[in-house]
Amino acid sequence: MAQESTAWHEQTVKVDGTELVVVKGGSGRPLLVLHEELGHPGWLKWHADIARRRTVLIPLHPGFGRTERAEWIMNMRDMAGLYARYLKESSLAPVDVIGFSLGGWIAAEMAAANPSQFRKMALVAPMGIKPPTGHILDFFQMMAPQQMVASVLDPANTAEYGDLYGGGPTPLQFENFEEARAQCARLAWQPFMHNPSLPHLLGVAAGLPTLIVWGKDDAVVPVSAAESYRDAIAGARVITYDKCGHRPEIERSAEFICELETFFG
Amino acid sequence: MHIMYFTERPYRHVSNDEIIKNGFFGLPNQQFDAQKGAQLLNEYLDEKTLAEELGFDGVMLNEHHDTAFCMGSVMNVEASILARITKRVKIILLGNPLPVVGNPLRLAEELSMIDMISGGRLVTGWVRGAGSEQFATNANPGYNRELFNEAHDLVVDAWTKPGPWRYEGKHFHYRFVDPWVLPLQKPHPPIWIPGLLSPETVIWCAQHRYPYVALATFLEPTVELWNIYRDAAAKEGYQVGPENFGYLQKVFVAETEEKAHEIAKWDMFGGAGIGYSLFGQPQWMFPPGYNSKEATRRVARQFSDPNAVQGSPFGGFAPSSEEKIAQSQIDVRAGAWTQPQIDVAATRKKIFDAFPQVERSMQVICGTPKSVIPKIRKVLEVLRPGIFGFWQNDGPISAADRVMNMRLIANEVMPATREIANELGLVSPFDVKPGSRPLPASGVPESVGSLAPLAS
Repeated sequence: MAQESTAWHEQTVKVDGTELVVVKGGSGRPLLVLHEELGHPGWLKWHADIARRRTVLIPLHPGFGRTERAEWIMNMRDMAGLYARYLKESSLAPVDVIGFSLGGWIAAEMAAANPSQFRKMALVAPMGIKPPTGHILDFFQMMAPQQMVASVLDPANTAEYGDLYGGGPTPLQFENFEEARAQCARLAWQPFMHNPSLPHLLGVAAGLPTLIVWGKDDAVVPVSAAESYRDAIAGARVITYDKCGHRPEIERSAEFICELETFFG
Repeated sequence: MHIMYFTERPYRHVSNDEIIKNGFFGLPNQQFDAQKGAQLLNEYLDEKTLAEELGFDGVMLNEHHDTAFCMGSVMNVEASILARITKRVKIILLGNPLPVVGNPLRLAEELSMIDMISGGRLVTGWVRGAGSEQFATNANPGYNRELFNEAHDLVVDAWTKPGPWRYEGKHFHYRFVDPWVLPLQKPHPPIWIPGLLSPETVIWCAQHRYPYVALATFLEPTVELWNIYRDAAAKEGYQVGPENFGYLQKVFVAETEEKAHEIAKWDMFGGAGIGYSLFGQPQWMFPPGYNSKEATRRVARQFSDPNAVQGSPFGGFAPSSEEKIAQSQIDVRAGAWTQPQIDVAATRKKIFDAFPQVERSMQVICGTPKSVIPKIRKVLEVLRPGIFGFWQNDGPISAADRVMNMRLIANEVMPATREIANELGLVSPFDVKPGSRPLPASGVPESVGSLAPLAS
């Protein structure tokens, strides 16, 4: 029974000319999950847990490997527009959303354009706003393996990290990472992984129930940006984890799931 | 045959220990001495005028950024000076890095001016720019190929399409295109394309009838690529000939074999990848999106499969880079985020130990004038190029040795090379218009290049 409730499958939804591949699992009120810059990492523990009560929908971003690149998508606003259309055409809005890193940035762009698309929004170490202190890690100046290492504080003692990437990436993983990184470059080479107008535009999302989650030792997006997001979205709540890097969902999985359940209800 | 002189114009006052540790890209410029740099840039311009005096047909320039490997960061500046101070030689730019220039219309104007000032001696060429160049100029590597294609079309149109006109493309937008400085040569200067054996580029060249100049690549894959060009040309309805191909060959000569070897070995620290590339670490050579999907797949295999065939000049990774990435992967497994440490002495030994193989494969030809000529004949018999570049003088080679090398080539090797070329019928693009040969009546194109001479 538990296995059935956490099973997942892929479906394809046509949005504009894009055959959007969506990983779908569980049942109940939908939760839109926007994945990070290295692509959808696979069905993780937190996905399985949430899918016991919720329908988890993980669209695989165009150009990140599984969904074909759409040539017209050239920046994060375009990406946000595509997903806005997906929500509308699938009658999903207003939906709960959680976005990770680059996916958090997409969610924020969507909220800035039209906050009524969302019921509640959780952002996990989102890119999109230039941190007031420190820089977003220039992962274009490293290969994917180094980027992976930088993403968690303690790879050796992060069980799910080991399951996913232990021993280094496989050729297929490496190839998929490079696809994802290439699309990241097309979307956000300059300004690097942020949009200067976003903190201003996000004011429109005041009052949207928003949870901002960050690891205090995040080496990819400095935790200082959490304050910027909180300032931009009136009423947003920030939680930070000690001894945690850029991937709270695998580094602090238990607390993370608990927090999400409380927030989304 | 068109014979040209080429050197990377290195900043040669940097220790090879530092190069081994950092690669050429990523070497801190705190080690740059502007006084020495100024002297070198002028020496290199003098060498180009010497090349003209010595009888070379052309002087080839290229461009790299953020590296001690090549001081020609803006080769159009050098070309502008040469346009004025030389009288006869062709000024051959292989090539302008189209995706990184940012403003192709301005590039069109710069090149027009060079062509006019030189009296129509300009040969232009285009490159995508090395991976590192994308960082140096902040050009988006994810759009590298698109930028290349669009900028190329725009430059050629700016030279040939009567203005004014309006341009609204994907990456470039001009509301008013009407350049008054237009090339002296009509419809525009010749275009040759240098490369490292990318099939996409070779096919593109064949479609545009542009000669393809292989940059000191291994002979076997070069012949394979010639055949890809031949087949693509046949689809366009023409037979290729020597005028469609060029080859850049490393050649070092001295009065004695020993001296020639001594000089040539230093080239291992200045060459762009002969046997043991030190150009840059892989994260800078392969920025995201820079490679095609197929090339990315090859990269993925090399980086993640311990049994994959590792390393080849220009085609893969330098051993130094492989070691670096391998160490990084070990670091990944250990969960540590550290920069790999390079054993400088061991790496230096490895570099020099690779030299015999580099010589055997003829990536570098060195010796006395007498001993190098038969080797050059072999290369010409295999590849049958109509353009032949003597690539000399890379690495920390003294000014005196550089000039000695040039004089011996020009006086003793070049005449023999011309004789061989005449014997083999190696006509240049100035003799036969590339793309003008009809296909044989059978419709089946004749072969170009052959590995058979290597067996003898």
